Amino acid sequence: MADSVDVLGALKLVYTIYTIIAMSLIAWFARGVVAPEGKPSVVKPSTFYGYVGVLVLVGVSIHILTFNKIPWVEIDFKRDSIKADQTFNITVKDHKFTLPEDKLTIQCSNYVMFDVDSKDLTYGFGLFRQNNTLLLQMQVVPASANQIMWQFHKNGTYHIVSTEYSGPHGGSEMTLKNAVEVVGCDVDDKYAMLEAK
Amino acid sequence: MSFIKTLIQGNEGGLNADGLTPTQKVTLRAVIVGVLYYGLCAIEGMLMRAHAITPLELLEENSHYFSVMTVHPIVGIFGSTYLIVFGAFTFLVPHLMGKPLYSVKLANATWIFIAVGALMSWLGGFIFHYAPLYTLYWPLPVDFKQYDAVGGLVFIVGIAVIMLGTLGFIYNIFATVFYTEEGHEKRAIKPLIISGLGIDGFLNIWYKMTGREPYSKEPAVSLPVVAIFRGTIDTFLDALVILTCGILILIYIVGDMAGMPMDYTAVNALLYKNFFWWGLDLIADGLVLIYVAGTWYLLAMLISGKKLFMQNIARAALLLELVVSWFVWSHHLLGDQGQPNMMKLVSGEMVTAFELVTQGIAVFITLVTLWSARPLKMTMPLKFLLAGILGFMLAVPAGILQADMGLNRVLHNTQWIIGPHVHVAILVGLTMTLYSAMYILWPTLTNDVKLWSNKLANFHFWGQLIGGIGMGAFMGMAGMDGMLRRTLYLNGEYETYMMLAGVCGALLLAAWFAFLFNVVMSIGIQGLIGIFTPSKLKTRDLVPKAQTAE
Repeated sequence: MADSVDVLGALKLVYTIYTIIAMSLIAWFARGVVAPEGKPSVVKPSTFYGYVGVLVLVGVSIHILTFNKIPWVEIDFKRDSIKADQTFNITVKDHKFTLPEDKLTIQCSNYVMFDVDSKDLTYGFGLFRQNNTLLLQMQVVPASANQIMWQFHKNGTYHIVSTEYSGPHGGSEMTLKNAVEVVGCDVDDKYAMLEAK
Repeated sequence: MSFIKTLIQGNEGGLNADGLTPTQKVTLRAVIVGVLYYGLCAIEGMLMRAHAITPLELLEENSHYFSVMTVHPIVGIFGSTYLIVFGAFTFLVPHLMGKPLYSVKLANATWIFIAVGALMSWLGGFIFHYAPLYTLYWPLPVDFKQYDAVGGLVFIVGIAVIMLGTLGFIYNIFATVFYTEEGHEKRAIKPLIISGLGIDGFLNIWYKMTGREPYSKEPAVSLPVVAIFRGTIDTFLDALVILTCGILILIYIVGDMAGMPMDYTAVNALLYKNFFWWGLDLIADGLVLIYVAGTWYLLAMLISGKKLFMQNIARAALLLELVVSWFVWSHHLLGDQGQPNMMKLVSGEMVTAFELVTQGIAVFITLVTLWSARPLKMTMPLKFLLAGILGFMLAVPAGILQADMGLNRVLHNTQWIIGPHVHVAILVGLTMTLYSAMYILWPTLTNDVKLWSNKLANFHFWGQLIGGIGMGAFMGMAGMDGMLRRTLYLNGEYETYMMLAGVCGALLLAAWFAFLFNVVMSIGIQGLIGIFTPSKLKTRDLVPKAQTAE
């Protein structure tokens, strides 16, 4: 099952390839448009319409692809109809998270609901690995439902960090180190193991 | 000529400010102040970047650091970009319509209001450390446990003054399109509105499909003006939204200062966020993209000397872009779980994906128009135009990728958003397009002052291009490794990326300085001062008569 490391790794590769193609195309165009032997040429309208068709196809395909390949999208869509195996009610106030327990222990493959309530400002709720990479996040808006459902498939220990700015003393100062632990999986999240620091 | 003499008098005699018309002067004033604000923005950016590498004593207090972060986009977007764009359009719209600007006085008031407003907002951050960031998420801007209400007052009044200046620009542009100049036969409003909105483009396509003669062979409004007209509709809506939010915040500020603090829970934070992003996004996904497309079309026509490829499609696409820009704001709320999934899917993902199509069309039409005139000379305007196109070719797909419910879960609020998307779009896409326009308008606006150094202009080009793309790339890599965009890291977590981004940032700053220096050496300090003195030519003509005759 893909996690954020796999998804972002694929994104890095795809976007880098695209960037190289885009830069090469403009470099080729710049050479060609000033080439002394170059002759004016006209593009057929059919080429233009074909190009627009490709743009539409790409724009739609990205979302269809991610819906099918990124596991948390479907869970997010259906979170109202999936029964949570574990629910953690968390509150935030005065730039501080209050957890139901000192450490939230999660059983592998359980459907877990994080229900975060802000008593004052807009915050963020994110889980980060030991190497500071991001696993998941959501916004925490006061007087609004802030629930995210997740399924963990790897063992690991994660930090809770506010991912939204809430004043000069929000952000990284709102960090609960090693506050979430996933146990019972066959596989370890190698970047989230305590010894992986 | 000695260096000092050139510095004072300009290159080969420099700029004769006495020979500038009022319209030339007001355009140059706005652009020059905009370029200076760009420099302030770049310096702020470098300060923050340096602080992320080695903590600076100057920014030791978090409140100071975040107040710089708060004013950075205000200075960049309004102080710099708005002024440069508004200044250029103040000249271009009457130029393309073939009639004088509706009001030079109003144009002067516009740039002064925006410049003063940007300065006030900057002071709100600099003196009072007011730091709710430009996003102003409710109730942060009225959290007086964290911020001084006086700072909020100065900052918000500054924004309001900017918006008033913006309304002045909007009025002047629409008035210039619609008014009938003295001695001219009364201009009919209907064809101007139909053409300004681009409806004639749709009708021409429809008439062709049904085998009829075109609805309009000679549109009443030229294509670049159509883009400016459309973009200005978004500018108007955006100004209304920002003013409304400003008034709301002001009410709370005044209440607090009067000793009658009000309950901030009276405003629903999610509803406010939707309203605010709807308006704010009309800048990023509305007027910027539309203005840029229009500027590309104009530049392509001027550089190639040809008519635009697929004109009717371009006109129709601009209208589509306007409508698209009204329905995309939910991509900023993909991480908000209270936001209905259907809004995230339709507005946040699907309608947003249309920006790939509309911007892609603009890229294609511009490139094909240029190609149709081969061989061209690689001039500064062409060079900067191609770089501007590349900037959007990189930044728009980055935006489409993050406007995805799956990817947004791990990209939202990271450096990816602000690096490969925002900074590449602004610094490479938008700014290099604006520089292209500046270089092409330079002879017309300065009455043919010769540029002091082509080498410096080339350094400016490469510095801006490599610095902009490089900085965006390293920020993006840090973002993919989990670095958040509005969080201060002082323990060396992402040091390597930040150092590399810092080198690119320094290159950007050097490029700006090279440009500014080249401009000053070309027109001379005397000419520069002369731009800000009243015009001696009592004329409504855009350029002096002698230049027109040539």
